[in-house]
Amino acid sequence: MSNGYHIVVCAGIVPDPLQTLEPVTGPQGPALRNEMMLPAVLDPWAAHALYEAAHLARNAPGSKVWLVSLSPKAKLQQVMMTIAQKVPFELVALDGPASGFTDAGETAVALARAIQAIPGLDRSRLLVFGGWESASRGAGATLQMVGEILGITDQFQGVDALEIQSDGSFRILERIEGGVHQVSACAGPPAVLGWATGTLPEPPNQPQIGMQNMRAIMPALQGAQPAGLAGGKIEFLEVRIPSVRRETQVIKDLSPEEIAKEIVEWIKE
Amino acid sequence: MPESAAAQHGEMLCTLPGDDVRQIMWRYAGRFDLQMLVQSARQVARGTVARLVAEGARHSHDWTTAKDRMLKEFDEAGITAMFVDPEYGGYLEGPKNLAMALAAFELAWVDGGAATCALATGLALAPIHERGTEEQRRRYMSLAVPGGPGPGRPPWRGAFALTEPLPYVGVETGILGGKVRIADWPEGGEPILEVNKRGRFITNMAFANFVTAAVDSADPRIKGSCMVILEESDPGLFDRGAPARKLVHQLSATNDPILQLKVPASRIIGGYEVKHGVLVPRYSHGEIIEAVFRRTRVTVGLMTAAKLLSAIEPLIRYHRDRFRGSDAVPPGSPRYELGLQQREDVLYRVIDIWATGEAAASLGFAAARLFDILDPLEREKDATLAAQGIKGGTAAYKALRKRQKDALEFIELDARPQNRRDQARYEELKNDKVVQFLVLDALANVLCPAAKLWNTGHGANMLREAVSLMGGYGITEDCPGFLGHKWMDAQLEATYEGPEAVQRRQLSVTMTNEVFLAQFANWIREMRAVASKRPGTGACALATAMQLWLWTLRHLQKARDARGNKLLQGARQGVTFPLADALCWLVATRQQILDVLELEEKGPQNPAVAEGLEGTLQFFTDLAHTHVAKAAGEVGRICAELVFGYNRHPAWDDPEYRGCLTEDELVAVDSLVPGMSGYAADVVAADGAHPAKAGPCVEFDGYEDFQKMRVRLDACQTGAMLSKDRAAKALTKVMIPAALDYPQ
Repeated sequence: MSNGYHIVVCAGIVPDPLQTLEPVTGPQGPALRNEMMLPAVLDPWAAHALYEAAHLARNAPGSKVWLVSLSPKAKLQQVMMTIAQKVPFELVALDGPASGFTDAGETAVALARAIQAIPGLDRSRLLVFGGWESASRGAGATLQMVGEILGITDQFQGVDALEIQSDGSFRILERIEGGVHQVSACAGPPAVLGWATGTLPEPPNQPQIGMQNMRAIMPALQGAQPAGLAGGKIEFLEVRIPSVRRETQVIKDLSPEEIAKEIVEWIKE
Repeated sequence: MPESAAAQHGEMLCTLPGDDVRQIMWRYAGRFDLQMLVQSARQVARGTVARLVAEGARHSHDWTTAKDRMLKEFDEAGITAMFVDPEYGGYLEGPKNLAMALAAFELAWVDGGAATCALATGLALAPIHERGTEEQRRRYMSLAVPGGPGPGRPPWRGAFALTEPLPYVGVETGILGGKVRIADWPEGGEPILEVNKRGRFITNMAFANFVTAAVDSADPRIKGSCMVILEESDPGLFDRGAPARKLVHQLSATNDPILQLKVPASRIIGGYEVKHGVLVPRYSHGEIIEAVFRRTRVTVGLMTAAKLLSAIEPLIRYHRDRFRGSDAVPPGSPRYELGLQQREDVLYRVIDIWATGEAAASLGFAAARLFDILDPLEREKDATLAAQGIKGGTAAYKALRKRQKDALEFIELDARPQNRRDQARYEELKNDKVVQFLVLDALANVLCPAAKLWNTGHGANMLREAVSLMGGYGITEDCPGFLGHKWMDAQLEATYEGPEAVQRRQLSVTMTNEVFLAQFANWIREMRAVASKRPGTGACALATAMQLWLWTLRHLQKARDARGNKLLQGARQGVTFPLADALCWLVATRQQILDVLELEEKGPQNPAVAEGLEGTLQFFTDLAHTHVAKAAGEVGRICAELVFGYNRHPAWDDPEYRGCLTEDELVAVDSLVPGMSGYAADVVAADGAHPAKAGPCVEFDGYEDFQKMRVRLDACQTGAMLSKDRAAKALTKVMIPAALDYPQ
């Protein structure tokens, strides 16, 4: 494609995974204890999508990357101090909760509206990227709904690779069970790609890119409008952290054969 | 003492303070360039650097391939280019003091040697930046930027060689080891210099591409001393020398180089003139070094501050988890949940470490910010003087001395409310660059050595405390947070770039500058005003301690010892040095309080900070109060020692002593004023018998004033331990991450 792609990456933020995450019930329903005060990172699933988007844009001249994020803008600003140094993009910020307890449907509507409002966005070149899942909630529902609202029916989830063919079509590898991939062919944009881990490492920080990005990011953050999520459509009956499923045993002098046998039995369970 | 609303409601610190809080307290919330630098430096520190330490890279004195990887990481993270102005390829606009301070803080959070390594090229460039010619700046700044001129070119790295004299040979530190002479001076051409320099403990020398070296003239055709730039490809010997066998900072390369090189005279930093056949460098090495060190020393002080604060999370985790895993300690029991935090001593000691770290960081960052303001001001001052035909050196010194009264007038006007001062005169002085320079320069000349001296010296002591709180674990390489390494490293930080005695010597001069003392007097009023609004900060006690220090200084300026010798004079280090130490406690603690007030003012504007702000503020207020108590105790002790200690104790048989009454005199006094005899301390009986003590109690001019202040200071400690109690309780509640964010 001669004019490149318009790649919109949908990305929320989540608490730094090393933090102690403790569910509590607040006035607005379930939440994480001290969530606003915990350091945050870009949702790792979405971060992979961003790096893949930047990689694709670099190899397709004329491409442009937008990052659309529905997050508390004060927290998003902190996250941008790292992410803005990774790859070039333009931020579209929506101020609202990024918690895993928000309604995926409402979030999708807000994101889709924000995407539709991006000036100069060319739908014929549009690729909507995001995380297949989210570190705050593994439902994997939001991105599909964003695609539906935007009327994009070519959707791929659990993507590990996107290869551009000589005719401009895509060869897409989607992760399925058993460590294998489903290979799909797609004629081209518009499409929605929910990324798994992709294949790219986290890019090193590049301060020059950071300075360039931040000149537009700061005004975007300052001008971020409330996303207007009404909430209240979902009732949470119970919230708890996952229980420990593995019972560790310390056994001395077990032979390799016995260990192997035990592992096989455990897998069969 | 009235308690704040948060204290009354039992609001507690919810989480360890994050970036949002620090950005406000250390005043870079509006600087996204610095926030990005912090994140970059943190990523390198807690990634590559931490892995190097964990893998045992510190076990080697040599510069290894693994250590070299760190340099590449610095380049990619923008740390290497942070010293360079955008016009030469850098990316940070304006002065770089706060930027360097923040980057060093982040790196030293994990390893001080890595921070030193990152800063060393900046130190090498600093003489060129501060005093170099435009050509020199353009060449070396551009070369120091990764990916600068030339495709894929690695950046040039530099080393700074002042050269401490070789040990044990009786050379004073003012004497330079390096010599420069003229090797060739072609007719009408540029002189060629022959430089002989033996360096010792030179950082970055294992891989430096250039060296900025201080040398003394060994040729009558060169006047005085200067600094020269030496490149590795210059003709002659560029021997990097053997690595120093350091016990500390092993992630920085330190060697003893031998440099015998021929270079053109254009390498003299700042250029030169030829007068009557003699080459006269524009700047002596001393003038350049003064400009360089007074900036970089602040950064060193902040490295120790980072270590102190980095120790808090590992300490809390270790104490809480101490008994977990034992069958005898079931989950949910106090012993399981709190571990060693059930014990008050552990909590109190961690609070002392944390409070010291806060004060050290507050002082260091305040000094760094001050230099960011001072840098452009200094250039404007130079330009103003130059426009008046005053070039520098003695002429500039004399011109500045003449303006000192204007600076004092400005400080006096600044302390008054707007409606009670000559506003036009105030504005005039405020816009006078020379006056403003004098005011801030006097301040910087105290804050810089104070940050270097107190942060590293007292910080090293407190790091020992941190190590001790880890039990046996603390002195192993497995100790989370590398606390043992950090403790040892702090000793080097107290030593390099001017050891503690040098900082005390500088302070003993600068603390008596009347322009500083006028500002100090204003601070006393400032702290009283703070205390009236925020009594829980300990600002009132600090003001009293400041008052006591100032009184003591003024007293010592006039007082003489029992032998009739003047007390406050340069050679009397037993007087000036402790007084300098006491001042450090005061300036650090004042800045700590000011940072808490900044958080109180700006915190509500940031939603991420606003949540839980009451508890955070209460905790920081309690920390400040706790630290004020320590500072006041130190200041009181030092002042008392100095005020009383040099007087001869009065003896019972001293004929000149007027303090004793005989028993007959006492009866007579009581008959005139009944009960008055009760106030007489020292009474001698008719037979000469006296109370069983060394002699009559001491008296001297000003004794009562001092006593009143001292007693008041003790009384001002009221409530400090309640604050410590509250802070200690917060330690048992604060939420910490599940694991440390760097390997061990």
